[in-house]
Amino acid sequence: MGRYVLRRLLQMIPTLLAVAALIFLIFSVLPGSFAGTMTGGGRRALSPELVAQINAQFGLDKPLPVRFWDYLVRLVQFDLGTSFRTREPVIDLIAARIWPSLQLALAAMTLAVTVGIPLGFLAAMRPGSLLDSVTMIGAVSGLSMPQFWLGLLLMYVFALQLGWLPSFGYGEGRLRNLILPAIALGFAPMALLARTTRAGVLEVMSSDHIRTAMAKGDSPAQMVRWHVVRNAMVLIVTTLGLQIGSLLGQALVIEKLFSWPGLGSLMVDSVAIRDIPVVQGTILVIVLWFLVINVLVDLVYAAIDPRISLR
Amino acid sequence: MSGPLLDIRGLTIGIPNRAGPPLEIVRDLSFDIMPGEVFGLVGESGSGKSASALALMGLNRRPLTTLRGQALYGGQDLLAMPRRSMRKLRGNRISMIFQEPMTALNPLARIGRQIAEMFVLHRGLSWSEARPRAVEALAAVQVPNPEDRARAYPHQLSGGLRQRVMIAMAMACRPDLLIADEPTTALDVTVQAEVLRLIRELCEREGTAVLLISHDLGVIAQMCQRVGVMANGRLLELRDARALFTDPRHPYTRGLLAALPRLGSRATEGRHRLADLDMTIDRNAPDFAATHLIPRGEPA
Repeated sequence: MGRYVLRRLLQMIPTLLAVAALIFLIFSVLPGSFAGTMTGGGRRALSPELVAQINAQFGLDKPLPVRFWDYLVRLVQFDLGTSFRTREPVIDLIAARIWPSLQLALAAMTLAVTVGIPLGFLAAMRPGSLLDSVTMIGAVSGLSMPQFWLGLLLMYVFALQLGWLPSFGYGEGRLRNLILPAIALGFAPMALLARTTRAGVLEVMSSDHIRTAMAKGDSPAQMVRWHVVRNAMVLIVTTLGLQIGSLLGQALVIEKLFSWPGLGSLMVDSVAIRDIPVVQGTILVIVLWFLVINVLVDLVYAAIDPRISLR
Repeated sequence: MSGPLLDIRGLTIGIPNRAGPPLEIVRDLSFDIMPGEVFGLVGESGSGKSASALALMGLNRRPLTTLRGQALYGGQDLLAMPRRSMRKLRGNRISMIFQEPMTALNPLARIGRQIAEMFVLHRGLSWSEARPRAVEALAAVQVPNPEDRARAYPHQLSGGLRQRVMIAMAMACRPDLLIADEPTTALDVTVQAEVLRLIRELCEREGTAVLLISHDLGVIAQMCQRVGVMANGRLLELRDARALFTDPRHPYTRGLLAALPRLGSRATEGRHRLADLDMTIDRNAPDFAATHLIPRGEPA
C-alpha cells in the first residue's frame, strides 16, 4: 500500500505542472496587468517609463516561455514566488490563509455528513413517507439554491434580525463566527449527500443478497447493520470525496461574502489586482487538495470493498 | 411422524388492483410436503413456482401479495404469522437457497461471517463462538480448506463453491424444510450434479424435507419422490415421480415430457425439429381438465 500511495503522489506531479501551465497561459492572455492596476482606478495613467520599470522589476518584460521556465524552476524548489503587492513570499501568504480555509471546509463537511447521510438513510428506510418527501424536497431546494443567496439569507435572519451570530469576519477563530459560513457552504453538499445516500441505500436494499438476509431470519435492524450500511457506503464515498475535494474551491463565494480570511478570498483579491504569483499559488494548493482527497477516497474504497484492489 | 410437515391449501398470489379484481399470478395452489420428503415443483419460467416458494417464506416483494390460502406448519399458518415469529422460523426451521449464487451472498462480508450469522441469529451464540461453527458448516458441504474459505470473500469463490456456501448457510440450523429455488440452474452441468448430490445427502442425513423448484425435468426426476406440475399459475398434476414420468396424465405434462430431447432419438440427430410445447392452461379455468388448454401466448 505504501508503494501505491507513493505512486499516486508521483502521478500528481504532471497534473500539477499542467495546471500551472494553464494558469500561466490564461493570465498572459488576459487583459490588464499588475502595473495597470496601480493607477488607482485609472484616473491618472502611469508614464510608459514607469510601467516598463515595474514590469522589469517583476520580470514581466521577459518573453512568456522564459517566464514560464523561471517559474517552473522555482516551483520544483517549492518556491511559489513573491507577491507583487505585499512583496512577501506567496507561500507565507497561503500559510496564513490555509487554516481558516480548512476550518471552514471541515465544519461544512461535518455538517453535511452528520446531517445528510443519516437523513438519506432514514428517507430510504421509509420511501414515500412524510420524512422521505420532506427530506427530498429539502435536498432539491438545497441543491438549487445559490450559495451566496443562502448566505445572505442566513446573515439577514441570524445576524441582522435575531442578532444571535456575527454576520462576518473570522473573529480570531471563534466558533460563533464559523457557524453561519459553515452552514452556507455545507448546505449543498449536505443535500447532495442525502440524495445519494437515499439512492444508494435503496439500490442495496433491492439487491439479491438482501433477500438472502431476509431468508436467513434477519430483523430489519440486523439486516441494515450487517448487510446495508457498508454496501451503501461504497456508493456514498464517491460523492463525499468529490464534495470534500471541490469544497476549497467552492468556498470562494462564501469566503468573500462573510469576509472570511481563507484561500478563496485571497485568490479573488489577487485576481482583481493581477497579483499573478499569489493566484497561481492558491490555485495550485486548491488543486493539490483535490488530488490528495482523491487518493484518500481510493484508499477508503479499497478498505470498504474487498473486490477493489490497489494496483 | 404421520402428518405432513407443511400443508399448503389454496395459495393464491397476485397483484392487488384498486380498480378491479387482482391480477392472480398463482391460483389455488394446494399440496403438502411430508417430513424428510423431496418434493418437486416443475414448470416453465413464469409458471409461478418461485413466487409460491417466496410466498411460503413471506419474501415476495411488492406489488406481489399473498391474497388467499394457508400454509400450515406445525399447526401454525405461515401466511398469517406475525413477522417476528416468522423471522424465528426463517433460516432456522425453514431455509432457502436461490438460483443465483453469484449475487445471493453479500459481496462485502467474509464467507465465514455470513454463515456464522445463522448461529448468532438462531442459536444465540456470540460471533467468536459462531466462527468455528461456520468453518464446520463449510466442511460439511465439502468445501476444501474450510478455514481459508471462511476468510474469503464471495468474489474469490467459483459459482459452485458459492452455492455450497449457500447450502452450508441454509443447513446450518438443521432445518425441517429446505426450499431450493432452481439451485443448479446457474451452474454448469458437472457442478450441477455435485450440488444436487450434496443437497440430497445432507437432507437425508438431517431428515430435512426439500421443496425443489426447477424447470429441469431431469433434475426433478433425479431428486424427487413426488412432483407437482405447474403452468400459468395453476397446479395441473401432482403425482409420484415415477408415475409421472412413466404415465403422465395431463396432456400438458405429456407435452412437457415430449419436449425433452433424448439422446439417440431422431430429434437429437438434427434431422427433425425438437418437439415444442405450444399450449398452456387457461389461468381462469375452473378446473385443470385438458379442455382448458389454450394456445400459448394468448391472453388468458
